[in-house]
Amino acid sequence: MLHATEILGAQAFDSSGNIVGRVKEMFIVPEEQPNRISRLLLSRGQYRPIVARFDQIAEVQPGRVKLTTDESALELYQPNEAWLAVQKDLLDQQIIDTNGRKVVRINDVDLADQLANGNTELRITEVDVGLPAAVRRLLQGVVPPMAIRRIQSKLPPRTIRWEFVNLIESDPLRRVKLRLTSQKLAQLHPADIADLMEELSPDERQSIIASLDEETAAETIAELDKRLQTQVVEKLDPEKAADIIEEMSPDEAADLIQNLEPAKSREVLEEMEGSEAREVQQLMSFDQKTAGGMMTTEFVVVGEDATRGEVVDFIRFHEVPPDQLDNIVLINREAVLSGTVPLARLLLADGETRMGEIIFEPLLSVRPDARDTEVFEIFDKYNLRSLTVVNEENHPIGSITVDDIVSRLCAKI
Amino acid sequence: MNTWVTLVDTYSRLAKRGKEFTRRTRPVQRRLALFLAVVGPGIITSNVDNDAGGISTYSAAGAQFGYTLLWSLIPMTIALYVSEEMCARMGVVTGKGLSDLIREEFGFRSTFFVMIAALAVDLFNTVAEFSGIAEGGEVLHVSRYISVPLAALVVWLLVVYGTYRIVEKIFLVACAFYLSYVASAFLAKPNWMFAAKQVVVPSVHMNAPYLLMLIGLVGTTIAPWQFFYMQAGFVEKRVGPRQYKHARLDVLVGSISCMAIVFFIIVACAATLNVHGLTNISSAKEAALALVPLAGKWAGGLFAFGLLNASLFAASILPLSTAHVICEGLGFEAGLDRKFKEAPTFYSLYTMLIVVGAGIVLIPRAPLWKILLYSQVGNGIWLPVVLIFILLLINRRDLMGEHVNGWTFNVIAWGSSIIMIILTLILVYVAIFNPSAAGLSGSLSHPHAPPWHIFTSLWRHAQHALSVI
Repeated sequence: MLHATEILGAQAFDSSGNIVGRVKEMFIVPEEQPNRISRLLLSRGQYRPIVARFDQIAEVQPGRVKLTTDESALELYQPNEAWLAVQKDLLDQQIIDTNGRKVVRINDVDLADQLANGNTELRITEVDVGLPAAVRRLLQGVVPPMAIRRIQSKLPPRTIRWEFVNLIESDPLRRVKLRLTSQKLAQLHPADIADLMEELSPDERQSIIASLDEETAAETIAELDKRLQTQVVEKLDPEKAADIIEEMSPDEAADLIQNLEPAKSREVLEEMEGSEAREVQQLMSFDQKTAGGMMTTEFVVVGEDATRGEVVDFIRFHEVPPDQLDNIVLINREAVLSGTVPLARLLLADGETRMGEIIFEPLLSVRPDARDTEVFEIFDKYNLRSLTVVNEENHPIGSITVDDIVSRLCAKI
Repeated sequence: MNTWVTLVDTYSRLAKRGKEFTRRTRPVQRRLALFLAVVGPGIITSNVDNDAGGISTYSAAGAQFGYTLLWSLIPMTIALYVSEEMCARMGVVTGKGLSDLIREEFGFRSTFFVMIAALAVDLFNTVAEFSGIAEGGEVLHVSRYISVPLAALVVWLLVVYGTYRIVEKIFLVACAFYLSYVASAFLAKPNWMFAAKQVVVPSVHMNAPYLLMLIGLVGTTIAPWQFFYMQAGFVEKRVGPRQYKHARLDVLVGSISCMAIVFFIIVACAATLNVHGLTNISSAKEAALALVPLAGKWAGGLFAFGLLNASLFAASILPLSTAHVICEGLGFEAGLDRKFKEAPTFYSLYTMLIVVGAGIVLIPRAPLWKILLYSQVGNGIWLPVVLIFILLLINRRDLMGEHVNGWTFNVIAWGSSIIMIILTLILVYVAIFNPSAAGLSGSLSHPHAPPWHIFTSLWRHAQHALSVI
């Protein structure tokens, strides 16, 4: 196994043993191979730098590279944005370890050398983020290599396999050129992605949001802290912001849009679909510290005479997302609230049971202008998972769920 | 009846006017709220500059030279603002800390040496802060064996159990306690007109002790670690480029308020100690004790309280900032939102700095004044390095985009940095080799000796020092 820092700065010799130059940089060309060192940049003092292709490399040792060809066969170097540079883009930069769910800084890059048709190919296997690599970089060129290896072997290694490395590139155009994706990152829980984003710089956060699909982006933004939420959304263009916000539940969307700059929030609302924009605007008209400001308008309402089987079919048919299913709200023929059924009771009832028979006692509801502290107390007293909000005519207009209660109480601590 | 009508009428008119006032000032209120959301790092950082070492130097300056050094405050404010503003701008634009940027742009080895320097210098500084706590406490009749361990515990608890938001609020309150120096200065009944004139009209004296004191003022006012702390503060508050002008205002208010406090400290000492011929003051504790018979118990007590507050304040920031900077730069997990197991290096460093810092002060007959001196020497050696890193980074277009320094700003920034570097290096030289003031003033004793004689004289000392080595 070789380390990138042992090869950077190494002398390169051609096939007849003459010095060609020093290795200045190593490039991966993602469109050819995702992990192969495809080009070595050789600097030659006052002459223009040249590039050795992977099939022109005969042998690699720490501090020494041997080529298969003559110097004249090498190309002159042309800077290329689509090449990933080991020194500039990897060493000392931050990456996301998607396996350990952490933002870490690369100390060194580990390479495996394998023989292929008479030349040596270098492939990145791992990035080194631990103490051994730090010690190596500190002592290189000062202490003999063997001594460094001996010290290193006594230190606990910390490496991340290359396939778990998610590079952070803040320039969106370069991201495309380097073919960077966030597939691995997108598989993490949105709350974890949000935590990781909080450790990055604003441009880097933006690039991560841009690389996620809209649904994941929406869930991730909803998990960010308030200040970051607005910052991230304000930097998106209104169309993209609207697409992401439409994926959120109306109460989350209303909270978010409310915090945006007035001009920006207007733009976003204009870009959103008519019905969703109306719903969000309605929610925004409520005071944040009341039941109206906490409720969502997406919840399941059924008639009190419906049977359990009918309700389950209804939920399946409309593909209701699970976060709206804590409670089923019942109404009578006048559309007046007549009770709620917790999911657990629905689950245990048999198919023919009428909803009216398994309602939660007592019948609880609040008006949209009820103070938030009053709502907290009701949740606490009756151990609720959700609470229905009704208007003056007792028609259900929204529902407050326990996750909003928890996050509001957390914010108060 | 008539009175009643008038009353109601007046009330309704007043209420209307009140509403009108709120409506008209709404934009102002909004702007103020936006500013208050950003405010913090600049004010805190600048004020924490007036730490134990700083207050001792200012007291000595006031006692020895009266009002005559006050003119240096305006150029120092400019230098402080210019250098801090660059860090604020870097933090706001890149969203990264200073140690992160040094690591990403200058590689591992440079970072490592910067971090080792940070650790060494900050450890000395921490000891200096705890000795400030000990001295401030002793003036107020609290034994150091009580005040120092208690302070260490408070600092530790504050950081481990406080969130950034709460800690910042406590720090802002600590900034307000600096006003005790204002009260102290008023109790000293100075000649305000004369003091004000001395601020505006420079009265440079060409003798060695005066110039050395001038250099000392510059050296203690601008400490290198504050740049790391402030930039991290803006990053942690998630201040973006859009709020940059608020951040800049925060830095400006900080620099000016910091220097205003320096003004009051110097004035308090000048009006009392200097006037009564007590010119040989070497520490803030001596100054506070000497103030009591001259300006009353309150003036001395407030002075000591200010010292205690400043030292405690700096002692809570310094170890935390140091542990953060080192871990970030070298790639260890850092931050208070992590558990000990997740960030062992961070917590060990943090605890080590507090325990060693407080511990050394508690050793009987520890040479504290020497440590104070070394902490200033360390700052002096380290400052040029940090300033040069800052100036190199801020001019990188790939990093800062359109926010790189402008041409004029660069001239001011490089100019003031080079002056600060030269002055602090002279301070370091004097502190290490301690050329006798007599020797220095000997060459300057001639009234017509040109001002640059101090440098030729220092150069001779340097040559001598080199020949000894």
